[in-house]
Amino acid sequence: MKILKNFVVSIVILFFLINNSWSKTASEFINSLSSEASNILSSKLSEDEKIIRLKEIGEQSVDIEGVALYTLGKYRKTLNDSQKKQYKELFRNYFLKSFSGRLVGYTDAKIAVLSEEIKNEKYTIVYSKLIGTSERPEVKIDWRVYTKDPENPLIRDLVIEGLSLARTQKEEFNSIIANNDGNIEALFENLNKFIEN
Amino acid sequence: MKRILTTLLTLMLIQSLVAQKATSDDGDAKDCFESLNRATFAFNMGLDKAIFKPVSKGYRMLPSQIRTGTSNALNNLSNLITVPNNILQGDFRSAANNSVRFIINTTIGIVGIFDPANSIGFEKSDKEDFGQTLGVMGVGEGCYLVLPVLGPSTVRDTVGSLVSISGGDAWYNITVKNDTNYVNESDYYFSKGLSGVDFRAKNLEAFDAMEKSSIDLYATVRSLYLQDRKKKINNSNDKTEAMEDGDWDTLEN
Repeated sequence: MKILKNFVVSIVILFFLINNSWSKTASEFINSLSSEASNILSSKLSEDEKIIRLKEIGEQSVDIEGVALYTLGKYRKTLNDSQKKQYKELFRNYFLKSFSGRLVGYTDAKIAVLSEEIKNEKYTIVYSKLIGTSERPEVKIDWRVYTKDPENPLIRDLVIEGLSLARTQKEEFNSIIANNDGNIEALFENLNKFIEN
Repeated sequence: MKRILTTLLTLMLIQSLVAQKATSDDGDAKDCFESLNRATFAFNMGLDKAIFKPVSKGYRMLPSQIRTGTSNALNNLSNLITVPNNILQGDFRSAANNSVRFIINTTIGIVGIFDPANSIGFEKSDKEDFGQTLGVMGVGEGCYLVLPVLGPSTVRDTVGSLVSISGGDAWYNITVKNDTNYVNESDYYFSKGLSGVDFRAKNLEAFDAMEKSSIDLYATVRSLYLQDRKKKINNSNDKTEAMEDGDWDTLEN
């Protein structure tokens, strides 16, 4: 009887484990995330409230630290620990302001997840499209999902119609640093200005 | 034909002269004329604010049927450049498809305002131009350029545009070079201006958002333009080239 009871308990645990891991697939993650964002955008919340909610989503679902380091490109290795700490904080504030500001104007954004491609144990690409409306054509959006921790997938890049936002950001930041003789402080100054405006 | 070949060869020579300077150590396109480009970009932005953006906003207020019809007619006209480039790239299937689309849409579709070809199975495919064909032939993009009024380009894409106005574009040939009783020079420039307004109107919100969130708009536009051209040359619609960035794997965490 005890064996039977253990067996049933094991089956139940196994079921929950399977169910839990299924719910963490990259496609499911993007699906639930985009539904959540879509609900916020189409809600009757004020713009400021929407921005707060979108920032919360951004913090939970994007690997902000990873993206921050990626966007430094070849200058990543030139930062000392104190600069790295300062940059990560600046980038976090910059990213959340920029991300929520870009999204808040879209009140009818609906995303359909199409498929996913596991690149390696660290990355899965989720293919999706932003459903077109009479004012806006359909837009192809691919998500680079960082899956090193399968229980906590995080977004590292959005590729819109083949154009990578992270790469664009990296080239923008690198241009600012290069135009200031490799001085990283120039980037910090620009990020500060953006955050304060 | 002789003129096209001469232009191609001359410009490929220029391209080869700048090619060595055109790529930086990390593989990104080099902005050899950045100061001049930034000045031209500022001029173009002023022009956009004064003319293109207000006109595009007005255009957006037209009924969607009129905008769709205009967009269709302009796309139909672009087949005159796409078809020869399909052939030059060895893509004969697309060349045949686009030729049939052009014939059906110009006649039954009333100068391309409607797209009956799509409903009978000749689906719309990507536009091609001489810059893309040079890219497919292995010519490097060269230095990044910002052209007055026309906007972002590269040495290779500028060469491509010059090929178009040296006989490669049938629409240019019948309007600007050989005035006929039916179309003239102003029709060519009107169609180009309208293409610009149509494109701007479709991207009003996207451009506003980009302007608001960029800390160096010039660098953002340059990056997007170069990524877009790379994607078009590789015809990589299904697989995202931008995903193949090894820099992601060098992150320590």
